[in-house]
Amino acid sequence: MPLGIQHLLGLHGVSENDIQLILDTADNFYEVLQREIKLVPTLRGKTVVNLFYENSTRTRLSFELAEKRLSASPLNFSASTSSVKKGETLKDTIRNIEAMKIDMVVVRHSSPGVPYFLTQCTDAIIINAGDGFHEHPTQALLDMMTIRRHFKKLAGLKVAIIGDVLHSRVARSNAWGMKTMGMDVTLCAPPTLMPQHTDSLGVTVTDNIFEAIEGADVIMLLRLQLERQTSGLFPSVREYRELYGVDLEKLVNVPDHTLIMHPGPINRGIELASNVADSERSVILDQVTNGVAVRMAALYLLGGGESGDEEHV
Amino acid sequence: MYKKANGQTIYPYGPESPKPAILIKNGRVLDPENAIDDVLFVAIKEGKIVSFSTEEPEEFTPDTVIDAAGKWVTPGLVDLHVHLREPGREDKETIISGTQAAAAGGFTAIACMPNTNPVLDEESKIRYVIQRSEYCSCHIYPVGSITKGLEGKVLSPFGEMVKAGAKAVSDDGRSVYNANTMRNALNYAKSFDIPVMCHCEDPDLANNGHMNESVVSTRLGVRGIPSISEEVFVARDIMLAEYTGARVHICHVSTAGAVQLIRWAKKRGAKVTCETCPHYFVFTDEDLETYDTHKKMNPPLRTPGDREAIIAGLADGTIDIIVSDHAPHCAEEKEVEFDEAAFGVIGLETMLGVSITHLVKKDHLSPLDLVKKMSVEPNKIFGLNGGSLSVDSTADVTIIDPDATWTVDPSLFYSKSRNSAFEGLSLQGYAATTILNGKVVFDRTGE
Repeated sequence: MPLGIQHLLGLHGVSENDIQLILDTADNFYEVLQREIKLVPTLRGKTVVNLFYENSTRTRLSFELAEKRLSASPLNFSASTSSVKKGETLKDTIRNIEAMKIDMVVVRHSSPGVPYFLTQCTDAIIINAGDGFHEHPTQALLDMMTIRRHFKKLAGLKVAIIGDVLHSRVARSNAWGMKTMGMDVTLCAPPTLMPQHTDSLGVTVTDNIFEAIEGADVIMLLRLQLERQTSGLFPSVREYRELYGVDLEKLVNVPDHTLIMHPGPINRGIELASNVADSERSVILDQVTNGVAVRMAALYLLGGGESGDEEHV
Repeated sequence: MYKKANGQTIYPYGPESPKPAILIKNGRVLDPENAIDDVLFVAIKEGKIVSFSTEEPEEFTPDTVIDAAGKWVTPGLVDLHVHLREPGREDKETIISGTQAAAAGGFTAIACMPNTNPVLDEESKIRYVIQRSEYCSCHIYPVGSITKGLEGKVLSPFGEMVKAGAKAVSDDGRSVYNANTMRNALNYAKSFDIPVMCHCEDPDLANNGHMNESVVSTRLGVRGIPSISEEVFVARDIMLAEYTGARVHICHVSTAGAVQLIRWAKKRGAKVTCETCPHYFVFTDEDLETYDTHKKMNPPLRTPGDREAIIAGLADGTIDIIVSDHAPHCAEEKEVEFDEAAFGVIGLETMLGVSITHLVKKDHLSPLDLVKKMSVEPNKIFGLNGGSLSVDSTADVTIIDPDATWTVDPSLFYSKSRNSAFEGLSLQGYAATTILNGKVVFDRTGE
């Protein structure tokens, strides 16, 4: 069964079947990544452009590795939005790149909606690698993959996502994806870092961290951008750590099986204490490993592959 | 003569143009000021209305007879909120193209906002616009700026600008941030009995947003412009209006809260009028699903609840007039990332059709009410003589076909820009003929 979606723009509105298929396929690629020769020929001859308008190390490397391991030819384009502002428009850029005959575009941009905009400018397949505060679907998929590999299921699990929800595409993609998969999601942030209107997120919202983590199977921290403090959204880093930072003390009543996750990069000692980040509970590095497999799955399925069966990969 | 593929035609106009005797017959004359809603003959000669009567006028030999059967004959429509972009951005719109668009939209007069480059903030610049308008297909009433360069600091010379032809002042595009400066502007405006047109937006609360702050902005990940950013300044400006006794006109009302504040202010007797635009009673932020930059404007499209409140405000008279907030932009300013795209949509050539389709045909407004909001009240707010078909008044007349169905095709616009939120929409009603100073300046069929 092929994917219902043509592009991966976000997880809002993506069906349970599609998510399931991507995760199943990712599990298969995970096995490939354990082999000595971590290479499959499935996207040989396809050109994938990594169009990164925002700084990124992990996501860009992860995508590039995924492309290489599928035998695709990656083409990297990095630019800061500000330098592009003075030059050609995004539409012109993408049409120029398309004119060089490419097949897929992985895009990261600070403006929400850019991946959708690109679908209107080009025939190439678009994968969103993060657009503004909107979505970061492959991050949410790798998060769900990590959780599923650990618990062997998703439905019914309780997840607490804690941090700057207002400015977080990771929180949004996870909220919608996890809800589709039948998970119980709670978002937690100080009211100044939570959107004013949260109905469209469709999940539980609280400003009390203890309420959020009570009985949680997964606790996911979000990175706190320190410039939010200078713009007046919270009074001090110390108070944030005090109220929303996860340390051993806050975890006293949390069950032993509860996982700690973080999309990275971590502000050690702010949203997450080092001894928690490095503890047995932490699956933060598994997330990174699984990221490559999930991106291989997304590239493969959108690039023409049809199923999660082993023989196809 | 400037004829489009579909037959619509703009005819040249100038002060020395011959003004033929015109007889409009069989039309439904809608003249709220004279309490007329009847099928009448309207006779025009030498640029004036010479008679309206149930019988064909005797001793009147028309050069032109217009059969307006099935159509409305109304005093010329007036749009008090237009951005003509000249001087400065003639690539978006010029005084000529903008007034052609106005005539094609049924308008015989428009007010142009001062946020051009240079800003219309002194006598000579107002005079430039007035002089350029002489050969244009509709009257232009320039709006001078409240502050020099729209900087919110030093008052522009209201007196000299009024002498040159300005009918109001506004810093439209931004609000006068300093409340004391605004207070001074209101006090000063009283000497000239001109309205101060307030763009109400608290820039701090607007926080560089790009769409309404709502469940939709949360979902789309777009930085939101909360409704309170408008309402806080509406509240401030009506309180200043009451305190100073000056006339305040609140521009482009878009929120339920703003409508409620204005309703309250009017009850208290404040000299407050206000306007809204067609996009606010047709669309909501839910129409931004695909990040359509042609639906990005400031104030932004609000929630379905706000839309309903705007319609209710129009119906109960809280909202006095409908304006287009015609804001032309080049394609390259709209075919970009949503939060890079310019704010603003054009509307001169769709406002009448949209208003008939969404207000009159849906029974929110009667045809007479619509004429009030698009002709009578705008004339009053600017202290003009138009807005009626009384004998001896200037023959600015719009003939409207209220039943004609058409589909909005921006490629047929007279405007130089194409950034219409209404592209592809099916509408009912348009201006069939526009008569300026007793001369036909626009005809839909070019016959």
